[in-house]
Amino acid sequence: MSAVIVATGRFSPIQRALHWLMALAILAMLFIGVAMVSTIAPAYLTLVSIHKPLGLAILLLVIARIVIRLRRGAPALPRDLPAPMRLAAGLSHLAFYGLMLAMPLLGWAMLSAADYPVKVFGLTLPPIAPHSDALHTLFWNAHRILAFAFFALVLLHLGAALFHLLVRRDGVFQAMAPGIGEPGA
Amino acid sequence: MPPEPRPPGRAPIAPLAGIAAVVVVLGGAFAYAGGFLSPSRLSPVKLVNAFGQPASDALGHRRNHAKGICFTGRFDSSGQAAAISRAALFAAGASAPVIGRFNLGTPVFASPDDSVRVRGMSIDIRPNQPGEWRSAMINAPIFPVSTPADFYALLLASGSKDQGAMPRFIAAHPGFAPFGAWATKGPWTGSYAEERYNGLNSFRVTDQSGTVRTVRWSMLPAAPVQNVDPATLKDAAPDALEKEITDRVTAAPQRWTLQFTVAAEGDPTADPSKPWPAGRQTIDAGTLVVDKIEPEADGPCRDINYDPTVLPDGMTTSDDPFPAARSSAYAVSFNRRTAEAADYPRTETYPETGGTSQ
Repeated sequence: MSAVIVATGRFSPIQRALHWLMALAILAMLFIGVAMVSTIAPAYLTLVSIHKPLGLAILLLVIARIVIRLRRGAPALPRDLPAPMRLAAGLSHLAFYGLMLAMPLLGWAMLSAADYPVKVFGLTLPPIAPHSDALHTLFWNAHRILAFAFFALVLLHLGAALFHLLVRRDGVFQAMAPGIGEPGA
Repeated sequence: MPPEPRPPGRAPIAPLAGIAAVVVVLGGAFAYAGGFLSPSRLSPVKLVNAFGQPASDALGHRRNHAKGICFTGRFDSSGQAAAISRAALFAAGASAPVIGRFNLGTPVFASPDDSVRVRGMSIDIRPNQPGEWRSAMINAPIFPVSTPADFYALLLASGSKDQGAMPRFIAAHPGFAPFGAWATKGPWTGSYAEERYNGLNSFRVTDQSGTVRTVRWSMLPAAPVQNVDPATLKDAAPDALEKEITDRVTAAPQRWTLQFTVAAEGDPTADPSKPWPAGRQTIDAGTLVVDKIEPEADGPCRDINYDPTVLPDGMTTSDDPFPAARSSAYAVSFNRRTAEAADYPRTETYPETGGTSQ
C-alpha cells in the first residue's frame, strides 16, 4: 500500500486539447501584452495587432471550455489531498475561468470607453461600453492589474502542477497531461 | 507512464529546486519581455516623461500639444484619391463627419498662443460605416529628427538645464538644420485658419487593384495667408488664436484641401526629416470643412486619442517608424489624462486673463 492515493481519472481529450491550446495562447498573450506597452518600436504595432485577435480567440475558446467543463466535469482529486490544497485548487481554477473571461472583455471595454475602434481580422467590433473617462480608467486599471495577477496565477499553477508531477506523484498532472492512453491503468 | 508514488523518507530537494527554477526562469522571461530588466529600452513612459511637463500643469491634459480647441465639420471627398486608396471615405461623392482639434505644439497647457512655434491640426474622420481615419498634423514643413530615438534625445536636450545641450544636439544631428531654419526664420501667421498642416509621416495606400503606394499628406488652407511679424503676436491676448478661429468660423466655415503626395522609387519614406523632391505626383483628395468651434473642456475632441495608426482599410503604416512610436506614446498620454479628468473640469471657467469667453 502506497503512501499516496493516485487519481486515475483524466480530463476528456477535447478538454486537454483546449487546456494546452489556451495555455499557449494565454502565455503568448501575457508576454505580448507586457512587451507591447514597454516599447515605442515598430514592433509595438505588430504586437498590438496580435494582441486583439488573440484576445478575442481566447474569449471564444473559454466560452466553449466552460460549456464543456459544465457538461463533462473534472476528474476527482486524490482522496488524500489535504483540504487546503483542495481548496486552493478549486479557487485557482475558478480564478482562471474568471480571468480568461474578464481579460478579453476588459480589453475590449477599455478601448470602447476610449472611443477607439477595435479591429480584429479586418472587422470593426461594436463598442461594448460607452465613451467615458471614468470607465476607461476603471477598465484600463483592471486590465493592467489583473494581467499581472493572471501571470502570477499561471506561475502558481505551473508550480503546483509540477509539484503534483514530481513530488506528490499523485496523478493530478497526468489528468491534464497531453497524449493518449490512461495513466495508472 | 504510470506515476510512481515517491518512496517515503526521501526529501524531494531536487524536484523542488527544479520547480523553483522553472518558475523563476518563466518569471524572469516575463520581466525581460516587459522591459523591467532593460532600463535602456525606450518605453512610451520614458518618452512621455521626457516632455518635461510641469506636474501641476499636466493634470487632465494631453502630454504634448496640450493646449487646443475643438472643431467639427465634414470631409467631402473629391473622388480623386480613390485612384490610390480603396478607403471608402475617398470614394467619389463620399462625405463624412469630422471631429478635430487645433492645437499648439507644447506640453504646457498654460502657454500663451503667441509663444508656440508649432501649430497642429488633428482630424478624426468618422464615416457611418467602418473606416475611421485619425491623423495629427503640424505646420512645420519637415520633422526635426529622423528617428524616435533622436526625438527622445531632442526632448532631453531641449529640456536640459545645461546651456550646451541643444548646441551639442544640433551639432550631432545635422538633419535638424532644415527644421531649425523653419523654426527660426520661417513665416508666421495670425490664425489657425491660415496654416498649412503637414502629416510628415509616410503611410501606404492600397488601391482597388491591390497596388500599394507610399504617400504623405497635407491640409492646404483655402483662407488667404497673411504672414505676420511674430513680435506683433506678443501684444495679443494669451488665447488670441482660439478667439480668432472661433470668430472666423462663426462668421463662415473654413476649408482645407487634403492633398496626398505620392513617393517615387527611392524617396526617403522612412525619414520625416527629409523632404521628397519637388514635382512628385499630388492628388487633391477632398475638402475639409470646419463649421463649428468649441472649447476643449466640453468639446468633442477632448477625449479622442488622435492616434495616427487608426486607419481605414486601404491605408496602412509604412517603414516610417514614427506612427508606431506616436501610437504607443499617445496611449500613455491618453491613459494618464483620462484618469485625471477631475482635474480638468468639464465646464471650464476660464481664468480672467484668458481670451476665450464662455
